[in-house]
Amino acid sequence: MDFLTIIQIADSALRLATPLLLACLAGLFSERAGIFDIGLEGKILASAFFSAAVAAATGSVWLGLLAGVASSIAFSGVHGLASITFQGNQLISGVALNFFASGITILIGTAWFGLGGRTPSLSGGQRFSPVELPFANAVADVPILGPIYSDLLSGHTILVYVALLMVPLSWFVLYRTRFGLRLRAVGENPAAVDTAGVSVIRLRYAAMLIAGTLCGLAGVYLATGLAAGFVKEMSAGRGYIALAALIFARWRPWHALYATLLFGLLEAIANRYQNIDLGTFVIPVQFMQALPYILTVIILAGFGGTAVAPKAGGQPYVKER
Amino acid sequence: MAEVTKGGQQATVAPAIELRGISKAFGPVQANKDISISVQPGTIHGIIGENGAGKSTLMSILYGFYKADEGQIFIHGKETQIPDSQAAIAAGIGMVFQHFKLVENFSVLENVILGVEDGAMLKPSLAKARKSLKSLAEEYELHVDPDMLIEDLGVGVQQRVEILKALYREADILILDEPTGVLTPAEADHLFRILNGLRDQGKTIILITHKLREIMEITDTVSVMRRGEMTATVKTKDTNPEHLAELMVGRKVLLRVDKVPAKPGKKVLEVENLRMVDDHGVERLKGISLNVRAGEILGIAGVSGNGQSQLLEVLGGYAKATGEIRVNDEPIDLTGKYSDGRSRRRRGIAHVPEDRQEHGLIMDFPAWQNVVFGYHHAPEYQKNKLLMDNAKILEVAQDKMDRFDVRPPNPLLEAKSFSGGNQQKIVVAREIERNPDLLLVGQPTRGVDIGAIEFIHKQIIALRDEGKAVLLVSVELEEILSLSDRIAVMFDGHIMGERLPDQTDERELGLMMAGVTQEGDAA
Repeated sequence: MDFLTIIQIADSALRLATPLLLACLAGLFSERAGIFDIGLEGKILASAFFSAAVAAATGSVWLGLLAGVASSIAFSGVHGLASITFQGNQLISGVALNFFASGITILIGTAWFGLGGRTPSLSGGQRFSPVELPFANAVADVPILGPIYSDLLSGHTILVYVALLMVPLSWFVLYRTRFGLRLRAVGENPAAVDTAGVSVIRLRYAAMLIAGTLCGLAGVYLATGLAAGFVKEMSAGRGYIALAALIFARWRPWHALYATLLFGLLEAIANRYQNIDLGTFVIPVQFMQALPYILTVIILAGFGGTAVAPKAGGQPYVKER
Repeated sequence: MAEVTKGGQQATVAPAIELRGISKAFGPVQANKDISISVQPGTIHGIIGENGAGKSTLMSILYGFYKADEGQIFIHGKETQIPDSQAAIAAGIGMVFQHFKLVENFSVLENVILGVEDGAMLKPSLAKARKSLKSLAEEYELHVDPDMLIEDLGVGVQQRVEILKALYREADILILDEPTGVLTPAEADHLFRILNGLRDQGKTIILITHKLREIMEITDTVSVMRRGEMTATVKTKDTNPEHLAELMVGRKVLLRVDKVPAKPGKKVLEVENLRMVDDHGVERLKGISLNVRAGEILGIAGVSGNGQSQLLEVLGGYAKATGEIRVNDEPIDLTGKYSDGRSRRRRGIAHVPEDRQEHGLIMDFPAWQNVVFGYHHAPEYQKNKLLMDNAKILEVAQDKMDRFDVRPPNPLLEAKSFSGGNQQKIVVAREIERNPDLLLVGQPTRGVDIGAIEFIHKQIIALRDEGKAVLLVSVELEEILSLSDRIAVMFDGHIMGERLPDQTDERELGLMMAGVTQEGDAA
């Protein structure tokens, strides 16, 4: 394997990891506040559809982005309503939203565009185009570092850089600000927050808003950055993989980056190599393609070490007598 | 006879807290009925009453958890609305709940500033709190390492963090709800020193408890609550425990347990070198040896978390261990096929578990089913090979509930709708009635009111007088001292030593519970 191939695989891994990373951080904010968010999948899907549909209809990817994020926030709001205000079961609410997203995107898509649930292919201003980092061309010929900068780091869409920037930002918000302290507290022991005179409900809705926004960006990137348009069920389990990555990362931002990069890398390798010939036997491509999902199952089954979830996760907050 | 004044005394200084005509109902249940109380500044005021008497509801109203249906609250003479905890904090009220409201994986410092940070960034708040904690620690004997995580602290220290939280919020009225429930005698003494120090600095303290001893020891005045009403407010020096107990329960109560000397017979339970490692790989029992004879109560004293729970779990058949246990001279299976609870029951071991809600009852099931659980295989409960005889079980349940004075005596009610004391009576009725050779009892009166405590204690004594062996585990030293015929003290998975109840006292036991080796005892 030569250096260029490695760079190309890494570049592809970064692009594939981006939606996972955004969704994972969305889940991180939600679950750190004590709300299980199994509905990441549905939010990605809804956002992917509405961003692509609006971008196709208006010709502006930025309007598409707004529509995608808005739809994801709306989903988050419904999840909040069910699990915070009405103290319902968070898993059921999340699963219901996933089903709803899966149905509504196809329904509206068929009615709107008549393409069997797809949106028209996006091109030009309907998509996010690559951003060339400064001096990318100038340093391209520098050995080793040149290709890393100009091929691996440069030339992605703006959302990739936003996702990467979200990692330190999330860390800072969680661990260095008042809001972060309260958010983490509300996921561990909401009664402590309540008796300290801070509104549990408001904090949890704030977490829902952040989760909706980040997850919306994941969907937008999927349909307008990574792909060129929406096809049905295009989220393809990314919401669940993001959840697995979240558990693998033990609900920490930097680790979320590493975990999602690992998943991205597996996907990139599977895309690149059809059959991997190890001499004595051949690893079929189907196995490589299944790897991220297998890893997800393994992690979710608890082989990723004992992960300590936020203690109040999944429980609606009810004042005790 | 003490002087009883309804609604508190007239005072020249405005009372720190005055409640007038507070009422609160939860559906059909009237939790607080027209309660008036006045607490003088710079005093320690006790509120005593049985479980469900409405103490906690009243304090929750004061702390803004509930809104009273009627009535007024005056703080330092000024009428104050307390719609939420924020308002209570602003009015200078701090509350230390029975179950601490701490974030376990946060540091002490983070817990202290939570909710009262000085700005959007944490750094300056943390620095300020660090300085403030230092001076509070020196002033009130409240020493805590600000950087420790809560989960690494003992309960006594966690409680200090709760007090620090209130003081950091500049509370001058401090409410403590059952603060000594989880403390060793030494820790409780330390707490009382802290409270006395706070009073001397002019703070007003409200102490909610059901322990008469504490009321007598530390309060200046005491109010008694019964069934949602404030029945009396008296000066502590003008009253005595018997009188207070009578006011609480509404009838004369026997505080000392009445019992004849034990007539120990043959050894029923023999435990040798029992060792147990928990799921986290921590050794919880480090070579326990003890025995219990027929017609005798062996009390196991100790601060919770020193292996008593594990001892009960192993004996009761829901944890594996190594070593040897013999019941009536026959060894019992500790790890194999017959190491389960059902096999233990067949061997004549009955078990009243420490946590009745977790292990003693199925809270969502009706009382009549709970009354037979564990014994539901018994032939008399079967109609035929396939079906249970529910009518028969219902009949048995009704009879047991009548005889054990479970209130309300309705076997169709779910276990969770009974009070703690009555839930415990259901468990005790089930376990005692099968006539076991050995009864394991864990915390028989935790969260149980005085009237029911008396009843449950009588049942345990009666069983012993019938010639049965009883192993009693309790964190309440008073209970251990009054029930036991012999006392073993556990510390860190060891038995520290054995004492006879009439040849020891709380001080000596307290030291042993803290791991201080006594003369003549092997560590």
